[in-house]
Amino acid sequence: MIEKLTSYSESDTIELAQNIESEKFPNMVICLNGDLGCGKTVFTKGFAQALGIEENITSPTFTIIKEYPDGELPLYHMDVYRLDGKVEGLGIEEYFSKGGVTIIEWADTIESYLPEERLDIKFKITDEDVRIIKLEPHGKKYEEICGAVV
Amino acid sequence: MMKDIYILGIESSCDETSCSIVKNGCEEIATVISSQIDIHKNFGGVVPEIASRQHVKNITMVIEDCLQQANMKIEDVDAIAVTYGPGLIGSLLIGLEAAKTLAYIYNKPLIPVHHIAGHIYANNLVKKMEFPLLALVVSGGHTELVYMKEDLSFEILGGTLDDAVGECYDKVARVVGIPYPGGPSIDKLAAIGKKSYKLPLPLDDNSYNFSFSGLKSAVINLAHNEEQRGNELNKEDLAASFQNVVVEIIGKKVEKAMEEKGIKYFVTAGGVAANKRLRERLSNICEEKNIDYCFPAIRYCTDNAAMIAAAGYYYFLKNRTSGFIINAKSSEVLK
Repeated sequence: MIEKLTSYSESDTIELAQNIESEKFPNMVICLNGDLGCGKTVFTKGFAQALGIEENITSPTFTIIKEYPDGELPLYHMDVYRLDGKVEGLGIEEYFSKGGVTIIEWADTIESYLPEERLDIKFKITDEDVRIIKLEPHGKKYEEICGAVV
Repeated sequence: MMKDIYILGIESSCDETSCSIVKNGCEEIATVISSQIDIHKNFGGVVPEIASRQHVKNITMVIEDCLQQANMKIEDVDAIAVTYGPGLIGSLLIGLEAAKTLAYIYNKPLIPVHHIAGHIYANNLVKKMEFPLLALVVSGGHTELVYMKEDLSFEILGGTLDDAVGECYDKVARVVGIPYPGGPSIDKLAAIGKKSYKLPLPLDDNSYNFSFSGLKSAVINLAHNEEQRGNELNKEDLAASFQNVVVEIIGKKVEKAMEEKGIKYFVTAGGVAANKRLRERLSNICEEKNIDYCFPAIRYCTDNAAMIAAAGYYYFLKNRTSGFIINAKSSEVLK
């Protein structure tokens, strides 16, 4: 089951993030894919805000992983682009069972390290502000979330 | 006469492993930097896993080399200063563990230094900083305006809401197909280009915050539109247009902070402080306003341990040492 949505602005993307946030559970994993500037960090900002995290979410490109412990659930925000698929030794897997929500930008570059059950979100830029967003749930829990959100 | 204080500094927060000995927080005795930038070039960025492996390989050599150049023994230094964050966790750990071990074996105070405090204190190696001052920290991971009333008093006036300025340079470089690291190349291209492309001034408001994500998107859209129209993208002109907007907005916010905070001294720090056009603009502003200023030598703009040892001296004077329980922190606010 793949759900397709269209976002016409940043606030549409934020709204989607907030709707998914309201279905959150410990050890949730969300994988974001799409070109530079498609809205991956915008999505994460919206999600974090809904989690009640007051700290501003900035790009994790430089440090790969940023942790925000102060929301309703802890948030682990990753950008694995620069890893070029080389994840061993970083301990990324440990985050999937730490009780928080993990959001991974450029997740398809480390696909074999991702948990089987997860929500894949693919952003496609079709115009300056317009994005086609594909939700692809893996596992029953995530299918339910998609059903609730769409 | 006060006794001279020698601090041994260690830095390994990103892609350089470095060790340095600095006297009295301002006089560099010896610095060794083992840059990994050539390795990372093949990967289009800093690869943390490689970074930490290289750090392990380099760290003892770098420390030994530094002591040899300084003609000193660890017994001769007064304290060990080390970057504890922010940075890549695996890389930070290598430097921190080395520092802890040395401090333990030789019974020296251990001084954890914030990476950004280090960048600011790189200026102290050029000439002693005066207060109150304004510091502009611009690098691959940071874009911050910091007000300092006195030594080690950091008030963050504002920072980036999304991408750091250096990161934006790297991403824009990637869009136009320039290899890593993109910043210096964009600076060079910009020098020969014309600012003929129109780009928006990002977050042109009354705050001290910055936002470079929108500018990144604007460059992507521009490249995309030119491609669709069948026009060839002029890289030099795009670099010049992009750099112009970046320098413009940074200059504007720096100027505002100078006016509102009534500062005596201005310093820059971080890798992007090596940018020629930015230096030019900032020095013009300071001269207009009659504010004394300092740009660190280019080799102190990028990561190095001399800046950590320089900052470490002031932590030492204030007795801000730490036990061995100190942990590396990947994201840590400057305080």
